[in-house]
Amino acid sequence: MGQPIIDVQNLHKSYGAVQAVRGVSFSVQAGEVFGLLGPNGAGKTSTVEILEGLRTADSGVVRVCGLDPAQSGDEFKQNVGAVLQSTSLPDKLKVKEAIELFANFYKHRADTNKLLKQFQLEEKSSAYYSHLSGGQKQRLALAMALVNEPQVVFLDEPTAGLDPQVRREIYDIIEQLRREQKTVLLTTHYIEEAERLCDRVAIVDHGLVIATGTPRELKHGAAGTTRIEVRLARPLVNGVLGHLEGVADSREFDGTYVLHSAQPPQTIVALVKALQSENNELQSLEMFSPSLEDVFIELTGRRLRE
Amino acid sequence: MSNTWTLTKMRMRLAVRNRAFFFFSFVMPLLFLFGAITFFTKGESNWVGYVLGAILTLTVMGSFWGLSVQLVTFREQGVLRRFRLAPVKASDMLASSIISNYFLTLPIVVIEIVLCRYAFHLRSWGNLWAIFLLVTLGSAAFAAFGLIVASVTNTMQETQMINNLIWMGFLFLSGATIPLAIFPGWLQRFALFIPATYLATGLEFAATNQAGLREIATDAAALALGLWLAFEVSRQLFRWEPEAKAPRRAKMWAAAALVPFIIFGVWENVTGTRLKEINQNYHALSSQMAGFLPKQK
Repeated sequence: MGQPIIDVQNLHKSYGAVQAVRGVSFSVQAGEVFGLLGPNGAGKTSTVEILEGLRTADSGVVRVCGLDPAQSGDEFKQNVGAVLQSTSLPDKLKVKEAIELFANFYKHRADTNKLLKQFQLEEKSSAYYSHLSGGQKQRLALAMALVNEPQVVFLDEPTAGLDPQVRREIYDIIEQLRREQKTVLLTTHYIEEAERLCDRVAIVDHGLVIATGTPRELKHGAAGTTRIEVRLARPLVNGVLGHLEGVADSREFDGTYVLHSAQPPQTIVALVKALQSENNELQSLEMFSPSLEDVFIELTGRRLRE
Repeated sequence: MSNTWTLTKMRMRLAVRNRAFFFFSFVMPLLFLFGAITFFTKGESNWVGYVLGAILTLTVMGSFWGLSVQLVTFREQGVLRRFRLAPVKASDMLASSIISNYFLTLPIVVIEIVLCRYAFHLRSWGNLWAIFLLVTLGSAAFAAFGLIVASVTNTMQETQMINNLIWMGFLFLSGATIPLAIFPGWLQRFALFIPATYLATGLEFAATNQAGLREIATDAAALALGLWLAFEVSRQLFRWEPEAKAPRRAKMWAAAALVPFIIFGVWENVTGTRLKEINQNYHALSSQMAGFLPKQK
C-alpha cells in the first residue's frame, strides 16, 4: 500500500459552541471508494467540505493528493471534483452549457459529449437547468464533478432526497466510477448505499469516527448476530427480552424491540414462550441479517436514522 | 483572463434569455427617452442633446441595480458555492459581471443616440468619443458600486433597501432627472460629492456642447478611480457561501470607494468651475427654449 491519496489526522472543526468534528482521522488509498456513514449532524459534511477546501479546519492535518486543500488554491482544485450536498445552477443555463462552462475552468478536460452519454443526459443537453428533474440535476452534478477527470471525487449525500429508482441509477454511476479505479469519498446516512458501494467505511457519530473497516469486517464485528425486530400488543415493563436464549443485545426504539441474537430460532421460541407467560401478544416480527445499522446500534445505542 | 471571458459569455447568454432583461434594459429606457423628449424638448435640438445626456446617464446607472441583485441571488441560491469548487477567483466572477453588463448596455446606448439623431432631429452627434468613454467608465463604475452593496449586505431584503436609498440619491441629486441648475446653491455643492453627478454632467457636456476628452477628463478620472476602488473593495469582501455574513468592518471598507468623489467634491467646490459650467449651460439652453415659447398676449 502506497501513500494514501487522502489523509486526515485529528481533524477538529467547531461552529461557535458546537463541535462538529472532534478529532476525525482516516485515510483513503488511490482507487478506493470510501464511505463516511453516520446520521445527520454527525460531522460528515463538515469533514468533506474541509477536504474540498470549502471550509478551514480549526486544527488537524488534511492532505488530498499530497496537497493541503486550504492552502493550495487552484493547483488543488485542478485535481479534485465534487458533488455538494445541494447543487444549484442558474435556471436558464442549459445542460451542455453547464458541462462546457465548468470544463473551461480546468487545464485537463473530459469530452463533453462522452459525459452527456455516460450520465444519460444526451436527450436533455439543450434543456434549461430549471426544467430538470431531481435525478437529472444530480446526474448533471456528477457529470460536472468529472469534467476535469479528477484524481479524487467527493460525493456529499449523492442520493439524498431522490426516489429509490433514481437512487439506483446513481449507484450504477458510482459503481462505474469504481470500475474506472477513481478514488471516491462519499458521505451517506443510507446503510444500503454504504454496504453496496464502499470498499471501506468509517462510521461517524457526534464528530468522531467510531469504527472503520470494510463493510464485511464491520458486520462481523457485530458478533455475526441476526437482528430481530418485534412489536408487541403491550409494552414490556421488565427487561425479559434481554435474558432470552441467544440474545446478545436488546433495546427498544419507539415501541419496537430490537434484539441481536446469535441463535435466532432459539430466541424466537423463547420469545413466544415469554410472551405467553406474560399474556402478551406478538404483533409483528422481522428478521434481518447483520448490517451496518446493527454495528451502529451496537456502538452508539441508537438507530442510524431516528 | 480565460475564466473571466468564459464567465462573461455565460452571463450574457443568461441575460438575453431573461425577459425582464429586455424590459428593463430596452423598453424602459426607450420609454423614458420618448417621454422626456416629447414633454421637455419641444423639438429643440440642444434640449434633445441635454435630454439624451440625462437618458444615457440613467441607462448606464441601471448597472448599479442589476448586478447587486444578481450577485446576492446567486449567493443565496448556492450558485456561487458551486463555482467556488472550481479554479475560479472572486475577481473572475466580479470582472465577468462588469464586462458582460457593459456589452449588454452598449446596444441600447447606440439605439438612444441614433434615435435622437434621426428621429428627434438632434443636429450633431455630440462628441462620440467622449460619450463612449464616459459610458464605458460609467457602466463599469456603477456596476462595481452595485457589487459593493452586494458584498456588504447579507440578504436580498437588505440589498434592495440599501439599493433604493442610494439609487434615490443618484437619481435626484446628480442632474440625471432634475437639472442641477435649479437646485439651491448648497444642494448643488452637495451634489458634487455624488458619483452620479460626474457621469451626468460629463454626458450632458459631451452630448450638448461637443465637450472633448480634455473637458471631461475630471469626470473620467473620478469614474475611473471610483471603479478601481470599488472593484478592489468588492473583491476583498466577496463571499461565496450563503451563510457567510459580511464582517462589521465591511461597511467601512465600502465607504472607501467614495474617497475619490469626496476628493473631487472638495476640489470642485473650491474651484467652482463645474457648477459655473452647469449653470451656464442650463441657462443658455433655457434662453434658447424661451425663444420657442409662445409670447404672452
